[in-house]
Amino acid sequence: MVQPASHDPMVPQVMRVAQAQLDAPDVFTLKLEPEADLPRFTPGQFNMLTAFGVGESAISVSGDPASGDGIVHTIRAVGAVSRALTELRVGDSLGLRGPFGVGWPMEELYGKDVILLAGGIGLAPLRPAIYRLLAERERFGAVAILYGTRSPADILFRSEVESWRQRLDVDVHVTVDHADESWHGQVGVVTTLLPRIAFDPGRTVALLCGPEIMMRFGVQALGSVGVPDEGMYLSMERSMKCGIGLCGHCQFSPAFVCKDGPVFRYDQIRYLLALKEL
Amino acid sequence: MEAGREQSVLTVAGVEALFAALRDRGYRVVGPTVRDQAIVYDDIAAVDDLPRGWTDEQDGGHYRLNRRDDDALFGYVVGPHSWKKFLHPPRQRLWSAKREDGETRVTADVTEPPRFAFIGVRACELNAIAIQDRVFLGGPFADPHYQARREDAFFVAVNCGQAGGTCFCASMKTGPKAEAGFDLALTEMLEGGESRFLVEVGSDEGRDVLAALPREPATAADEATAIGIVARTTASMGRAMPEGDIRELLLENLEHPRWDDVAERCLTCGNCTMVCPTCFCTSVEDTSDLTGTETSRERRWDSCFTMDFSYIHGGSVRSSAKARYRQWMTHKLATWFDQFGTSGCVGCGRCVTWCPVGIDITEEVRAIQGGD
Repeated sequence: MVQPASHDPMVPQVMRVAQAQLDAPDVFTLKLEPEADLPRFTPGQFNMLTAFGVGESAISVSGDPASGDGIVHTIRAVGAVSRALTELRVGDSLGLRGPFGVGWPMEELYGKDVILLAGGIGLAPLRPAIYRLLAERERFGAVAILYGTRSPADILFRSEVESWRQRLDVDVHVTVDHADESWHGQVGVVTTLLPRIAFDPGRTVALLCGPEIMMRFGVQALGSVGVPDEGMYLSMERSMKCGIGLCGHCQFSPAFVCKDGPVFRYDQIRYLLALKEL
Repeated sequence: MEAGREQSVLTVAGVEALFAALRDRGYRVVGPTVRDQAIVYDDIAAVDDLPRGWTDEQDGGHYRLNRRDDDALFGYVVGPHSWKKFLHPPRQRLWSAKREDGETRVTADVTEPPRFAFIGVRACELNAIAIQDRVFLGGPFADPHYQARREDAFFVAVNCGQAGGTCFCASMKTGPKAEAGFDLALTEMLEGGESRFLVEVGSDEGRDVLAALPREPATAADEATAIGIVARTTASMGRAMPEGDIRELLLENLEHPRWDDVAERCLTCGNCTMVCPTCFCTSVEDTSDLTGTETSRERRWDSCFTMDFSYIHGGSVRSSAKARYRQWMTHKLATWFDQFGTSGCVGCGRCVTWCPVGIDITEEVRAIQGGD
């Protein structure tokens, strides 16, 4: 399945920003065009985005896989490249390579209770899965979205989260680490939301995305209420320079996070997560 | 010995003719030469450019060139360079982009690489190239730059006539005799101070090149001499990788106290990764002109020993020296099997020789195996 030498997977194609929206402090959602030439992505996959003259960064797709209306990325400005990407405005150019990686196991979810456990910007890579779940809602059991973030101002996709919460067929709970006077909801880490939802642990699949420490506690909490290791999927983050398994940066012991992941089933990486600095 | 194996003998003049024949065929001839008191790989025009009469003395953190008492052309082992500097260059422009009238255009770097003829490639190095083939060409995405440089290269192997102080190819089963992956393979036979070379053909192109050279058929005595030379080299390896399932050993000992011990010595300088013929990791760097209208991306060798290598927002995943050394060694000897179906080590000994504090990968394995 080797591509011919004429096609260089390291060369980005030029995309245009069609829409740019501020979602939270330092977080922008960009819609990119044209989508036509790109392979369809699956929820949980990522693209390598280039801010010309600055660099490249791996960013998960946060849009609807079924829309066909531009490629959507949600980016938090944390470094030189991500900051430059968030500074792009409508009409600006950027480079894109992808989609890459193994995403969420959507087919595994049919007939199951589904728990999405998101921390901070981790809601963005889960959003394509949420769109799919809602589009085919009748094919799943109970669906719960548990979302933890730093403060009320940091809540991503706020109006969308509110609209999900209004649905009677999805259980949505949001918690913040630090509340302000506007906040009347839950305060605490995301795992504290788990007792609020009803699910059958033995037939539950949980998708986790967030800081590694949050996912470690997440799998622990889910495990303690009976969700099996084989029923938990984590989206891992490591440094990536190529996205295609050639640069070596994203190694997670035997795995390349870019091509064997970023989504891994917990039982397959449990022993790796237990070790520090792997 | 396989059927149809044909062997001839070249003199030094024959080797000279070989270089000329390769140049005539459009190859850029690259081989060992002496520079900065080391044997490095660079362009060579003639036999005189080879390290004739030199040998090397190697040990952990130690490398010296010494005069031989003969005029051997290949009387040394491997130096700080490996062929990856040609097949997987330290710096490679990937593309450039230009913005004009609001439109950005990206142009891939399609510079046609030279057709290389590599002279004096050792068995360990042929194995290293076979390993990099798996890395760069064996997955769903091939590296077109490596592919272009690799596919037209001509390999003149040399079977080692002596082993170095840090060599352990025999224990890795990657040498000292070149078994595959060459066009021609030479064994240098020194008789009365005069070098003669037993030549084995490894490809059709090799056969064609050899056919035009002044040569004589090999006698049974020549073949026996060459076999004896390789056997002597095998018997004089400076080091050995311990036997057993090293992959399992390391993966079961990721928390072994020896990692703390080696971290006390390791300077995390990354020398071992630079000299290793299989280490393939790279990073990319983007540059821009002052106006930001012309930008480009370059790929360069990177090392898992840097703090930057595993940096993600919030910090480096592997910030301790222990974690970085463990990553390098377990990748090389263990997880490489999971990723590419082979060990990442060929026993060339470079990481031992060029480690400024002489850390010896075979000794580290032995320590973990021994339960120290």
